[in-house]
Amino acid sequence: MSAPLLEVRDLVQKIGGQEILRGVSIEVQNGETLVLLGKSGGGKSVFLRHLIGLMHPISGSIIFEGREITSLSEREMEPVRRKIGMLFQDGALFDSMDVFDNVAFPLRERGEKSPSVVSEKVAQALTMVNMTGHEHKMPVNLSGGMRKRVALARAIISPPDVILYDEPTAGLDPIVSDSINRLIRHLQRQLHVTSLVVTHDMVSCYHIADRVALLNEGRIYFLGTPAELRETKDPVIRDFVDGRSGETVY
Amino acid sequence: MIEGRPILNLFGLLVRVWTDLMASLGQLAILAGETFSSIACGRIRVRLTLQQIAEIGFGSQVVVIVTGAFTGAVFTAQAYFQFASLNMETAVGPVVTLSMFRELGPVLAGLMVAGRVGAAMTAEIGTMKVTQQIDALRALAVNPVDYLVVPRALAMFISMPLLVVECVGFGILASYYVGVEVLNINGVYFLANMTKFTEGSDIMMSLMKGFVFAGIIVFISCREGLHAKDGAVGVGRATTASVVTCSLAILIANFFLTMALNIIFPAGQR
Repeated sequence: MSAPLLEVRDLVQKIGGQEILRGVSIEVQNGETLVLLGKSGGGKSVFLRHLIGLMHPISGSIIFEGREITSLSEREMEPVRRKIGMLFQDGALFDSMDVFDNVAFPLRERGEKSPSVVSEKVAQALTMVNMTGHEHKMPVNLSGGMRKRVALARAIISPPDVILYDEPTAGLDPIVSDSINRLIRHLQRQLHVTSLVVTHDMVSCYHIADRVALLNEGRIYFLGTPAELRETKDPVIRDFVDGRSGETVY
Repeated sequence: MIEGRPILNLFGLLVRVWTDLMASLGQLAILAGETFSSIACGRIRVRLTLQQIAEIGFGSQVVVIVTGAFTGAVFTAQAYFQFASLNMETAVGPVVTLSMFRELGPVLAGLMVAGRVGAAMTAEIGTMKVTQQIDALRALAVNPVDYLVVPRALAMFISMPLLVVECVGFGILASYYVGVEVLNINGVYFLANMTKFTEGSDIMMSLMKGFVFAGIIVFISCREGLHAKDGAVGVGRATTASVVTCSLAILIANFFLTMALNIIFPAGQR
């Protein structure tokens, strides 16, 4: 097996005195789709934020393309961030811009001056997420699902090497969820984009994952293929996969 | 032990206030350093800067004009009531003009712009912070200082001295109108004394104060916005803190600026 594209070693993070990540170690191979499962509030989104340098760990290392990135400054992270895109949980669209300008933003920031090229690429990206015809709406006038799809269009308009998806199908109806799953698969197969997807959606997980990891108690508890996940008898994993609350009483 | 606790609590509170103040000043210095470094490196977005000039400079004119005009008018009336008993009515012109140039114009324009523009900057950037839009900027390899702070800083440094001049100008115009047309001060003497006692150094002092206040407003407002947290409540808290801190900082800085600039441009040495 070739060297991993992204390697995380013993990542530790505390928030408000609580240890959220207690030594997460995982490798992501070039071109694969890795799905990260875990309980709500278990640190999955925090983990993703470390991979793009939005948070710095207390200890541990993140190696991207053979380079340690946890110690890089904001300016030094910029070339890395051009290679890693991120879809935020609630989209994080710029509310001062309409849909067109939001999606065009990465292109313009990377120096694309031609309006015709920008228009063409924005149209392509919006078509991929079924958002054609909404170009001139402001984010405040979009539903949660539409915002997420526009954010996805913004993330893929100039496809990065890696895309981090934070709950890409949460709050979407099954049909739109399926189209997002297909899009993630399409990006992987056609453009060889490496994807790391945080989700609770088991349908989505089985649809898109090459490998699945389960984050439990701040550590990677399980790492394997979707088939291995289906067949495991481990009670912690079964509770999560089958949606059982187990011993927990609320 | 029990008697000593209030003293310890008070000491702890003072230490916390001191460390918070030092941390805030440090963050302000870092933000200012990053902003000037970005400007020096040419990371300037011209379109955004022009938008901010329109928002800050053009949009603040009514507030600044009304403030300057009515301050000049009321100051003229009060000065006239005092000087008239001494038959010194024609001294009203230079007194009002010098006061407007050296103190009232810059300070009042600064306070009005802090209330109007500083609050808006903090609220806008703070909302972007708590809704992850600033994280989205960073994730798209766009530096938030370059994108959000540099255009605002440039617009403030360009607009604020002009707004101060506008405030002073309308203050003097209102002063002339009230003094000459309403209170019947001799117009020729009013203007002659005003031009005799007002020098270029007074205008320079006004512009320099405007420039410094621009920095105070933009860096405090942007810093409060960039450090906003805890959702809508946090943005509201940051906005209030921004206006209060800017206003106090302008008043305190004005005193030290007056003392320092009076060494360079001494008053009453004509």
